[in-house]
Amino acid sequence: MSGDVATQAVLARDLHVRRGEIEALSGVSFTIATGRLTGLFGPSGSGKSTLIRAIAGVQADVEGELRVLDLPAGSAELRHELGYMTQAASVYEDLTVAENVRYFAHLRGAKVGDVLERVGLHEQTHQLVRRLSGGQRARVSLAAALVGSPRLLLLDEPTVGLDPLLRRELWGLFGELASAGATLLISSHVLDEARHCDDLILLRDGNLVAQLTPAELVARTSTEDMDEAFVRLIEQA
Amino acid sequence: MRGSAARTLATARRVLLQLRHDPRTVVLMIVVPCVLETLLRLIYAHRRVAFDHAGAPLLAIFPLTTVFLVTSIALLRERTSGTLERLLTTPLGRLELLIGYALAFGLLAAAQAIVASALTLGPLGLHVRGSDGLVVVLAVSVALLGMGLGLLASAFARSEFQVVQFLPATILPQLLLCGLLVARAQMPAGLHALSDALPMSYAVDGMKHLTSEATPVAALWGDIAIVLAFAAGALLLGAGTLRRRTP
Repeated sequence: MSGDVATQAVLARDLHVRRGEIEALSGVSFTIATGRLTGLFGPSGSGKSTLIRAIAGVQADVEGELRVLDLPAGSAELRHELGYMTQAASVYEDLTVAENVRYFAHLRGAKVGDVLERVGLHEQTHQLVRRLSGGQRARVSLAAALVGSPRLLLLDEPTVGLDPLLRRELWGLFGELASAGATLLISSHVLDEARHCDDLILLRDGNLVAQLTPAELVARTSTEDMDEAFVRLIEQA
Repeated sequence: MRGSAARTLATARRVLLQLRHDPRTVVLMIVVPCVLETLLRLIYAHRRVAFDHAGAPLLAIFPLTTVFLVTSIALLRERTSGTLERLLTTPLGRLELLIGYALAFGLLAAAQAIVASALTLGPLGLHVRGSDGLVVVLAVSVALLGMGLGLLASAFARSEFQVVQFLPATILPQLLLCGLLVARAQMPAGLHALSDALPMSYAVDGMKHLTSEATPVAALWGDIAIVLAFAAGALLLGAGTLRRRTP
């Protein structure tokens, strides 16, 4: 059992979340392995953000078992281990890029380090976030999640709206972080990005469609086209 | 403990940096009270006592309205932009966040009070019996009250339009009942009781103790204590509205 605990960063059993009239998650169970890059895929409205918010400990009305780094989700101790990037760029528009990242570094008792180089914002360091493009703002928000090297990174659509070259660079960065020992859960609705992940969790209408590796997905659906693979998987289910 | 102090100070610094990038707001906060006090002095050009009577309470009303507005909008933005949700997933505690804000806005209110009272007590000739520093102490206490009320307003507003409407809704009734227009003792019993329940009454009473001959200056400390108690109550209630888990 203790061996299991060490290799599981997140354990979810029969997770239910109601948001008003809608059941955003209806009985989802999965585990996320430590030190791996797990992609959370599904169409818009499938429950990806709700699931990430539940793991981050900010979602109300979560039922079922949810353990994060061997503690109940939302435990105060976890806040030292967690880097969370919300779907909207949640940074201060009236601060510069550097001021934003330095603030989040201070909250974690960490140094800024090279995080701005890693997200490709070193040339915008002293610009106000208000003056940046949407894609640049998203990267400031990403940098604020990465700073201080948290053990568990929960990134809600970090690559949305970015140009393909930058997306590839960021997926490269996520891979490096996982190799260095961090656990990453990254949501995206661009199924093509699934090929960059070690593991995949596929959601649809608040239900888990499948949890498998990209290779298993290709093998099970006999297609390299990720959109097509997703469709075939749903038809099989 | 060291981490807690560091996070609180980092938050105060962040709030002050946000203000530094918005110099127009800061200039307005400092200049508008001076312009209004000058205007009042001109209106009461030949009535020194009337100027003392109205000019002193105004020094306590400025920090209340100023800090109410900046707090309510700043916290509404934290709530709606997602930064609050993110902050609450970091080691930053809710009390650390609020104390950080209080340090920043307290400093701002002190700067406003120092400039406004230097002008009002100096060139404009408002007569104060106690030390000038007491005006600043009262102003900072009132600023904390403004912050508590602004924090509460931010919890009940969904947009910046709404939150601005809470200013006349919460501050103007207090202004009518605080004794600035009619002495509280001369109000009908019901209104007097109501004014007893409103914090601005004590802020204005405090300033009156500083200017009038009728009461000892030391009575001011009782009013400051009451203002601070209201501020603490509003801040604690407001802290309860900073929910970590939201639907």
